[in-house]
Amino acid sequence: MKILKLISGLSIGVLILLMSILLFLDKIDLATVKMLMLIGTVLWFVSTPFWMKEEKN
Amino acid sequence: MADNQSASVNINDNAGGEFERIPVPNSKLKGWKSFLGMYAGEHAAGTEFMIGPLFLAAGASLKDLIFGLFIGNILAILTWRYLVAPIAVSSKLTLYYQLEKIAGKHLVKVYNVVNGVLFCFLAGAMITVSASAVGVPFDISFSVPENIFGLSSAAFSMIVIIVGIVMTVVAAAGYDAVSKFANIAAPWMIVVFAACGLSALSQMEVDSWESLLTDWDNGVSVIQSANGKVDFGFWKIVIFSWLCNAAMHFGMSDLTIMRFAKDSRAGWGPSVGMFLGHYMAWICASFMLAAQIKLTGDISANPGALAWSVVGWTGIICVIVAGWTTANPTIYRAGLAFQSLFPPKTKAYSGVVLAGLVATVAGIFPTLSGKLLDFVGLYGTILGPMGGVIFVNHYFAKKMSFTQDYADKKGAVFNVAVLLAWLLPVALGLYFIFAKDLFPAYAVIPCWIASSILYVIIMKLQKS
Repeated sequence: MKILKLISGLSIGVLILLMSILLFLDKIDLATVKMLMLIGTVLWFVSTPFWMKEEKN
Repeated sequence: MADNQSASVNINDNAGGEFERIPVPNSKLKGWKSFLGMYAGEHAAGTEFMIGPLFLAAGASLKDLIFGLFIGNILAILTWRYLVAPIAVSSKLTLYYQLEKIAGKHLVKVYNVVNGVLFCFLAGAMITVSASAVGVPFDISFSVPENIFGLSSAAFSMIVIIVGIVMTVVAAAGYDAVSKFANIAAPWMIVVFAACGLSALSQMEVDSWESLLTDWDNGVSVIQSANGKVDFGFWKIVIFSWLCNAAMHFGMSDLTIMRFAKDSRAGWGPSVGMFLGHYMAWICASFMLAAQIKLTGDISANPGALAWSVVGWTGIICVIVAGWTTANPTIYRAGLAFQSLFPPKTKAYSGVVLAGLVATVAGIFPTLSGKLLDFVGLYGTILGPMGGVIFVNHYFAKKMSFTQDYADKKGAVFNVAVLLAWLLPVALGLYFIFAKDLFPAYAVIPCWIASSILYVIIMKLQKS
């Protein structure tokens, strides 16, 4: 479960939030950010249901 | 607005099913910190994508928006803390059962149906929001006609109908899965809102506070040169952000959630959610429109297109998910309210199907989503005053010598005093809103106070 939680955290923390900060700081281009955000979104929805369900149980 | 019902749905379900007509037992009470989590995702919903850009479109200055939203949100949190939480902790009853004890079960049915109709319009606006995102890959965008019953393109109306049917079918099948999905999506959605704002700032090439102010003011000028000058000043923003959830706090709808609280500190629960959804998310969403105006000159507040331009497919998915997870429980709740109108042998999903139908028809008219700032004020004006009746019943019945929980004590099924105390101020409020063009959120507190006073006066005159 820990690894899944880590994936979830990294997916939104790094691939979405950090990338948008880097975009704002002009360190990365918009097309790359859009692609990484999509990957982050997929990873979040693939990994999160498993540990969230486990925690609820 | 409160509005993404997803977080509260679980609580309400659990609560409504288990302790619908009895006070919540002590063993089931929760500490105030658990309410922070419960409310965290509740205010980051599909409505935020629509409301944020509308501030810019309405001509609000950025400074007014930042400070006005801050004060308005603080006032809303204080209202939850000092108005709703003490009554919830003391009575530990749902809004509906509390109202039934005062107003009688038949009048509660009327209130429920009115609530259901308003829920349908809110769900309709969310169907429009989701459809705006579905249309982007097919290059179908929507325009907001001036006429309230004006339609957008035939293709967009078709998308609304398809989205509405899908949402209705899912809601009719029960919203358990949607509710679970909404809980999973909530943290992601909040981060995507922030990402949308940062990406929009990047597109505007903002490098200082001054350059942001210049871009914002240019955006307002472009909109006002096209739509005419309008004013959305500091106090209007304060009142709007304070009262956009008036049905939940002044209207006491959140008694149903907070009755699970061990103590009144649960009233601080909405604070995190409010500042994520009604502060960060609104401001970030408004930046998207400012960026679009700077880049293309296009002033249309189309949530799907705005999100697509700043974060691509992630934005499209976010708008669809945000609209869907808001509309679905809303249709379901409206359906439950309508179900009471059908004969007992009618299929259990009939009410939900009727609610979905009404919401879909409402969603076809994009003006509804374009008037969301007005609609949420209207929602609070109509439902809020019932909270005033609950307030005086709780605090003043004994002090002023009228019967507390009148319907319950006297076995009445329709307390006319509640009906009059509710309808007269609301009718007057609606008159000023529709005939005198009053901003709807301004009517909420006067109607609430008038209902409270009127209920006491009628009860005293009746010697009840």
